[in-house]
Amino acid sequence: MPEQVIESFEVERLRILNEKGEADSSLMPSFSPDEIKKMYGLLVLSRIFDERALSLQGEGRLGTYASFRGQEASQVGSALAFDPSDWIFPSYRESAVFISRGYPLDRLYQFWSGDERGMRVPDGLNILPISIPVSTHILHATGAAMAAKIKKEKTAAAAYFGDGATSKGDFHEGLNFAGVYNAPVVFICQNNQWAISLPRERQTASRTIAQKALAYGFAGIQVDGNDVFAVYKATKDALEKAKEGGGPTLIECYTYRMGHHTTADDSTRYRIAEEVESWKEKDPILRLARYMEKNGLLNEESKKSIAEEAGKKIDEAVSGAESMPPPDLEEMFTYTYHSLSHRERKEMREISDGPG
Amino acid sequence: MAQVNMVQSLNQTLAEEMERDPNVVVLGEDVGKNGGVFRVTNGLYEKFGPERVMDTPLAEAGIVGTAIGMALYGLKPVAEIQFMGFIYSAIDQIFSHAARMRTRSRGRYRCPIVVRTPYGGGIKAIELHSESTEALFCHMPGVKVVVPSGPATAKGLLTSALREEDPVVFLEPTRLYRMIREEVPEGEYALPLAKARIVKEGKDVTIISWGSMLQRTVKAAEQYDAEIIDLMTLSPFDEETIFASVKKTGRVIIVHEAARTCGLGAEIAATIAEEAILYLRAPVMRVTGYDVVMPFPKLEDYYLPEETRMAKKIEEILRY
Repeated sequence: MPEQVIESFEVERLRILNEKGEADSSLMPSFSPDEIKKMYGLLVLSRIFDERALSLQGEGRLGTYASFRGQEASQVGSALAFDPSDWIFPSYRESAVFISRGYPLDRLYQFWSGDERGMRVPDGLNILPISIPVSTHILHATGAAMAAKIKKEKTAAAAYFGDGATSKGDFHEGLNFAGVYNAPVVFICQNNQWAISLPRERQTASRTIAQKALAYGFAGIQVDGNDVFAVYKATKDALEKAKEGGGPTLIECYTYRMGHHTTADDSTRYRIAEEVESWKEKDPILRLARYMEKNGLLNEESKKSIAEEAGKKIDEAVSGAESMPPPDLEEMFTYTYHSLSHRERKEMREISDGPG
Repeated sequence: MAQVNMVQSLNQTLAEEMERDPNVVVLGEDVGKNGGVFRVTNGLYEKFGPERVMDTPLAEAGIVGTAIGMALYGLKPVAEIQFMGFIYSAIDQIFSHAARMRTRSRGRYRCPIVVRTPYGGGIKAIELHSESTEALFCHMPGVKVVVPSGPATAKGLLTSALREEDPVVFLEPTRLYRMIREEVPEGEYALPLAKARIVKEGKDVTIISWGSMLQRTVKAAEQYDAEIIDLMTLSPFDEETIFASVKKTGRVIIVHEAARTCGLGAEIAATIAEEAILYLRAPVMRVTGYDVVMPFPKLEDYYLPEETRMAKKIEEILRY
């Protein structure tokens, strides 16, 4: 008997919008001009949010902050694909996902300034507070999706994580459970090429992250993560498939972290400036702007007014966050258990006598 | 009332609560068709089907992590970890997420999972099948730790755990699974969490014990006028019942199977020292496992506190 090939696979890559701003019309979802303008507005708002966060941090007005510059299309494009009933499990570099889902901007700054109240997700918004531990929240998305299936609700869940997260066991367990239970979940990996100082090729010997899905029995796709149309389409398709009983999907958004890991990091220690420079031409906002200009959806004047309007929103958010009164001392105890334990009550009396 | 053992009692309680609340689901390794390696989930798969009784892949973090996701979605998951020694893989999920979801979201989300696991030695098992490391979980704010000591408390406490709004680590003393048969109240029977139980009143010495050690403690103290407290909820524990007893007896012995250093006994002793030291007529004493890796069956009987060791300590504290 000759040896047989018992399994083979292919990995697809999706790109709709190239760097020149040209869209492949055969792949292009049907967006109205207003929808495209909305995307652009959110990309710009997110970029300004991020820039302001970095400057506030430099002035000591925010704590350590994780910039997502360069990843705006991966976040805005995917976030816009959700239905309000879908559940989102983000990591710490996903501020643009929050922004796109309509999370109050002032709450985001409040959170990054060291006030946990900023992650009190408004009722009706199905997004979890950011997960600081890497990869462990992937399982929560799988579990929520399993629950949706058990409850027979047409809802999907999604987890956001980076390339570094794919090295951890929780990634394996999360995807494995999802495959076994055919759970309606979408795994969105923003492969931004760097996990602090470790480059993608030293994170895994796998050629793509997308192909890892195949070992769990479901599809993986790589998309150009700086192409907001492609990210939207891949996410939308995956969500629809999930809700139709087609099971999970892993989406690898191939993108780049333009900034440092966080404000506490100095990426010049481990990566070369030319590499960062080479990604500037692939900028997701630049790309969409070129497309819109070609199609008469944007000109210098409207570009300016969109940026000004976003800047105003950010100004308001910053002053809103900074004018919030500090939390009550009781806040520290209130949420540990559903009601205060005997011991917490004693400790609270100790603290209410005043610090020190 | 029928006489049942702890396995039967836990099994019946799960069935009753699953009947009562359609959101209760059970997940873990071999909990479905096999009914769990100790048969605690026996028959549930047949009764409630594979969607509510899930045989999971072999992955403890996966079991607890998906349970957290299910709880966030509105289910009431009961995760079984086959032995306490295997829970270590899932500690990240319990500590980093379940324990702090309410705090992290300022009350928007809660994580009412129950993680059941058999614990403790004396069952002639191989390595990591006899762990008693409850203090790890007691140290982590946001988690409740509950330990029954027999079939009746197993029902009362599991019922409450299944109706609890916070995550509960529910430790089942493996050695006692089939050792004790007793009458278990039929129908609705819930014991409040964070409340201890006076098993026997006495005036010379207070002995605080729980779970796997309680039965031995009762036996060891038969000849003495000892007040025996079954702590039942280890975190948060019932200080009031302890203080009231200490004020009465002036002597305290704490018995646990876990290693001594940083065991829960240390916290109880420190609490008594802080708030009731002037009532003491002798130092707080402990009978515990040793500060060693839990030995294999050939030596485990020397490790586990038993009646003679406990009786000696009672003599010592009474003579002090």
